[in-house]
Amino acid sequence: MAGLGGGPAAFGRCTHAVVRALPESLCRQALRSAPGPDVDFARAEREHQLYVGVLKSKLGLQVLELPADESLPDCVFVEDAAVVCEETALLTRPGAPSRRKEVEAMKKVLESLNLNIVEMVDENATLDGGDVLFTGREFFVGLSKRTNQRGAEILADTFKDYAVSTVPVHDSLHLKSFCSMAGPNLIAIGSSEAAQKALKTMQQMSDHRYDKLTVPDDAAANCIYLNVPSKGHVLLHRAPEEYPESAKVFEKLKDHMLIPIANTELEKVDGALTCCSVLINKSSEL
Amino acid sequence: MTTEVGAETEVKKDAEQAGAGQAKDKPDEASRTTEDEKSRKASSEEPLDSSSVPVPTSPSSQKKAKDLSESKGISRFLPPWLKKQKSYTLAEPKEEAKKKTVREDQVIEAGDCQLPEEAPQPERSLKGAATEKEHSAKAEEKEEKRSVSSAETQPAKEDGKEIEVEKVAEEKEEKQVEKEEKQVEKEKRETKEVQTGEIKAESIPQKSPKKIKTVQCKVMLLDGTEYSCDLEKRAKGQVLFEKVCEHLNLLEKDYFGLVFYESSDQKNWLDPSKEIKRQIRSLPWLFTFNVKFYPPDPSQLTEDITRYFLCLQLRQDIASGRLPCSFVTHALLGSYTVQAELGDYDPEEHRSDYISEFQFAPNQTQEMEEKVVELHKTHRGLSPAQADSQFLENAKRLSMYGVDLHHAKDSEGVDIMLGVCANGLLIYKDRLRINRFAWPKILKISYKRSNFYIKVRPAELEQFESTIGFKLPNHRAAKRLWKVCVEHHTFFRLLSPEQPPKAKFLTLGSKFRYSGRTQAQTRQASNLIDRPAPHFERTSSKRVSRSLDGAPIGISDQSLLRDFPTARGGPAGDKVLDIEGAGQAKLKEGSREENGSPVKTPQLELIQDGKKLHSLKVDGENIYVRHSNLMLEDLDKTQDDLLKHQASISELKRNFMESTPEPRPSAWEKRRIPPAALQAPARHGSRAEGPCAGGSDADKSSHETLDIVEEKKQAEVGREEGVVIDETNKGKMQVATDAGETCKVELLSKKDSSSLPSDSSSSSSSESEDEEVGEYQPHHRAIEEVIREEQEEEEDANRKKEHQEKIKQPVEAPTEGSKLNVPVEHAAQVAAEALAQENAVTVATEEKKVSEEVKQDVGEEKEEEQLRLNGDVSHVDIDVAPQIICCSEPPVVKTEMVTISDASQRTEISTKEVPIVQTETKTITYESPQFDGSTGGNAGVLLSAQTITSESISTTTTTHITKMVKGGVSETRIEKRIVITGDADIDHDEALAQAIKEAKEQHPDMSVTRVVVHKETELAEEDEE
Repeated sequence: MAGLGGGPAAFGRCTHAVVRALPESLCRQALRSAPGPDVDFARAEREHQLYVGVLKSKLGLQVLELPADESLPDCVFVEDAAVVCEETALLTRPGAPSRRKEVEAMKKVLESLNLNIVEMVDENATLDGGDVLFTGREFFVGLSKRTNQRGAEILADTFKDYAVSTVPVHDSLHLKSFCSMAGPNLIAIGSSEAAQKALKTMQQMSDHRYDKLTVPDDAAANCIYLNVPSKGHVLLHRAPEEYPESAKVFEKLKDHMLIPIANTELEKVDGALTCCSVLINKSSEL
Repeated sequence: MTTEVGAETEVKKDAEQAGAGQAKDKPDEASRTTEDEKSRKASSEEPLDSSSVPVPTSPSSQKKAKDLSESKGISRFLPPWLKKQKSYTLAEPKEEAKKKTVREDQVIEAGDCQLPEEAPQPERSLKGAATEKEHSAKAEEKEEKRSVSSAETQPAKEDGKEIEVEKVAEEKEEKQVEKEEKQVEKEKRETKEVQTGEIKAESIPQKSPKKIKTVQCKVMLLDGTEYSCDLEKRAKGQVLFEKVCEHLNLLEKDYFGLVFYESSDQKNWLDPSKEIKRQIRSLPWLFTFNVKFYPPDPSQLTEDITRYFLCLQLRQDIASGRLPCSFVTHALLGSYTVQAELGDYDPEEHRSDYISEFQFAPNQTQEMEEKVVELHKTHRGLSPAQADSQFLENAKRLSMYGVDLHHAKDSEGVDIMLGVCANGLLIYKDRLRINRFAWPKILKISYKRSNFYIKVRPAELEQFESTIGFKLPNHRAAKRLWKVCVEHHTFFRLLSPEQPPKAKFLTLGSKFRYSGRTQAQTRQASNLIDRPAPHFERTSSKRVSRSLDGAPIGISDQSLLRDFPTARGGPAGDKVLDIEGAGQAKLKEGSREENGSPVKTPQLELIQDGKKLHSLKVDGENIYVRHSNLMLEDLDKTQDDLLKHQASISELKRNFMESTPEPRPSAWEKRRIPPAALQAPARHGSRAEGPCAGGSDADKSSHETLDIVEEKKQAEVGREEGVVIDETNKGKMQVATDAGETCKVELLSKKDSSSLPSDSSSSSSSESEDEEVGEYQPHHRAIEEVIREEQEEEEDANRKKEHQEKIKQPVEAPTEGSKLNVPVEHAAQVAAEALAQENAVTVATEEKKVSEEVKQDVGEEKEEEQLRLNGDVSHVDIDVAPQIICCSEPPVVKTEMVTISDASQRTEISTKEVPIVQTETKTITYESPQFDGSTGGNAGVLLSAQTITSESISTTTTTHITKMVKGGVSETRIEKRIVITGDADIDHDEALAQAIKEAKEQHPDMSVTRVVVHKETELAEEDEE
């Protein structure tokens, strides 16, 4: 109960992470925005294990790993199933009907953390966590193929302390397909026209002035920022092998502990770094 | 105006004036000034105790009394000057109050005052260098300006040097103008004097409402208690507000206000500058004390008691659901509330249900209460003040903190909510923020009928501004929203110099102050608070919250009040910060005011009023413009940067604050000033013809020398919306275009060939005449409102002028013209060459304003004028145009037109009402400087006078023709009083336009030098606000 969001200083604090293993069905059945090369499952698993390993070992988070469900090919992308802010978790109603059941397992694990759970029961509402950008001060919700106005309204009702602004998303799967928070008050944004337009929208809607970190590649703009007590600013970003130019931009962040993570396989099915975890900051007392 | 400094300057000015050959007027002026001062003093006292107000002036007192009693209703029937006087009188009290404050400040901080003067001196030199033509008169003006400017600049000295320089330049121009105006005024003095006398009389009665009956009124306080007191029936809102604040021992009161409800959800802020009765009409005298401006950072409040009241307000807001919070936040805030009111958790004392007496949320659950208890235990050791601070630190982060929501529909009829907050306007749809317009992005705010419009700065790659319209439930709602926007913008966006709270109080007796004061000013003022932390009892929020349940927001609590007293003597450190600065600021203001007042009492008052009006209008306009500029800058800057920036402009802001923002004052002022200068020697016939005027711009000095007989036709139209246009639109047109210069031109129209070169600078005036007429009404209305406000707060106006000037400077000295105008006015006042002249000047300026407004309506014309003005200062035009906020009163159709006219690009400054000002009766006087001269005819000899009255169905026209000989030039002055009566069915604007047109046609060879619009409207609509 550090208060509302604990202020910018507390942004990125995280104690727990929820992840989920990859089902083999992912390779052939996972939803794709566009056809492309097949997913190398073995490599995908390795990359994911590295990802989880960083969270667990390197950063010391308590990682709650859910088992894979072969009937849910996209279940590894846990981010879409829940939005957690402080002590409150909103269980979403994913825009893709095939993914609705992913929420069940998420609900159980979040309940185990004793969070205030809010479920999105309105059948007219859809919301993917990937469309929700929390800046520490406010929410931006992308209105995409997966997320609609009603879903955003429910999110606004759930997190009443914060302003919730909507951002139209057209050319990408999710809002966070081309942006994310790279630090307190720092938005990483892709260079595409759609990304820049969305950024302008967000800037206009906000009372705050955010710094922006523009990277050449939209996909690379999705990174994970953490504020780890013993390590300070930590940033998980796409590996230089994948996006060398964008990696150079990240490397200019002198105050950040940079951890490159490859995500080549899941990217084939529209997966980004943030998609694979739900980060939770659970204060010990409560 | 009686500041020490001011007195000195006055003397000098007088001497100078005498040198100029205006000695005749001097004595009169002096006497008048003294009277004015007295009256002012009295007026200043009035707010506190209306009964105790002394009646300084003699002959006019009777008139005043009559006026008071009859006031607005009678105004229609009163002669034009009487009307003017009324308006003036309204303004006077404020001015007086300001003066008093100034005086006090000066006395206290005499040393500081001098310092400020020193600062301005360099400016003087610069000014002097700049103005070649200016003679002793100019010097006088300069001095006045200096004093004024010094006052203005002093607070911002550190940051504002550059600005000052710019101001100086402007001042120079203004001085010139003023000189001209003065000359004209001298000629006109005679008339002015008469008017002044009347004015005084009027002012007095207002001040001392002896005859007024008292009414008991009740105020629901934030702690749920009820405060009741007896007020004079005619008391203004400020009186009650001051009483309440005194009762609460609250010094940082600018964040607060009084609310009255038309219905459970029709919340209206009581305008401190207007009579309560007119605002509430038939509603019971029941008010609620509420937070009006939620400070974004409560930790910057000086006193714990202020934070306490803010906490109480927020607890209401939260418990009622107006301020949405998450469960966790409800619990957290609740726990701080409990800590503040009950102290540390005590397991023995605090049983399981101790918490249930409180209401923390609209839907309070057992779970929440448990959480509150849990959290309460963790707050051990927090003092009540600390708990309040923690409460506020968390509450301020809520997204809806300080957001004033208004129901509306978008252009497609979709239900949305418009939220007004410190940063701008937020658009919500079902709790989702779908758009946001920061103040810097908004160029203009207006409303027409039930529509609310914002004109938005073009986006990066766009070339054109866009106007976005919203549909509100009704006209009142639109007006309410508009007012709230203007007030919030003014309060949060504008910075004003630091002033001591006392000064504010004294100075700002009216609402204008209250609403007018910016947050910056308030902070500065609070820095001066020097008292031990006041003891106050914390009333249990339980009661409040209980009462809140189900009950309408503020009022419900009343019954439940308990006094729960935890006496706390918070050791609030005495904060004596920036007192000097504040003092200086006050002094500056005072000096400014003084300058104006000392010169000629009655005239001064009139002039001040006029000036104020003008300045207010101008200031407002400028302010908005400047603001817009500022805002633009701000967009890219942090708040701190903004604050710093503003700080430099703070002085200007002060003016704004107090005066309320009005559009395009600067231009007007400039215009006014030049005319004065021109007028000074004798009336210069600056012909109303705009183009000609432009040509004539040539020189004020020339005008001075030439004695021109000015013919004035005053068409006073009494309408609900009535706009009185003197003589022809041309005059107005001219005025508008030339601003300062034009005014003279208009006057000149009479006989003298002496072209008003300076005036004509903006030659577009004549062209716009026709347009003006058409668009007139809206503008007039707007102007009228503005004027009233200005009148009420002459000082404010001055301040506004200053602010404007300041603002302009920061912006890029765009509004030099305005600045100049301001100084000119002051100078004119100080000069006291002829009270009448000054008055005339003010009138003239007003006319100019009107014309500007008209032009604005026309759109292009006004813009042109501004541009022209800007042309002088290039910056001004640009800045102004985008930034101008046009506020159109509901009746005004033209407002929208104006919006449309934006295409012309130049700012359409349709100032309707200053946010605060909404009076049932509005008297707007537009005069060209020459008028005064003609009317006053200092040296003139009356040849003949005749009065003709004619009536038609809806209009009554009274024509008063006066022929005089001045300086060898015969001057024929025609005053037409046109009373237009009728319901809403009658198109007053059209009727007025028709009347003006007819007047022009009847006297094609004459120019309109003054237009006084006295508008009486049913309280219902206007008063609501």
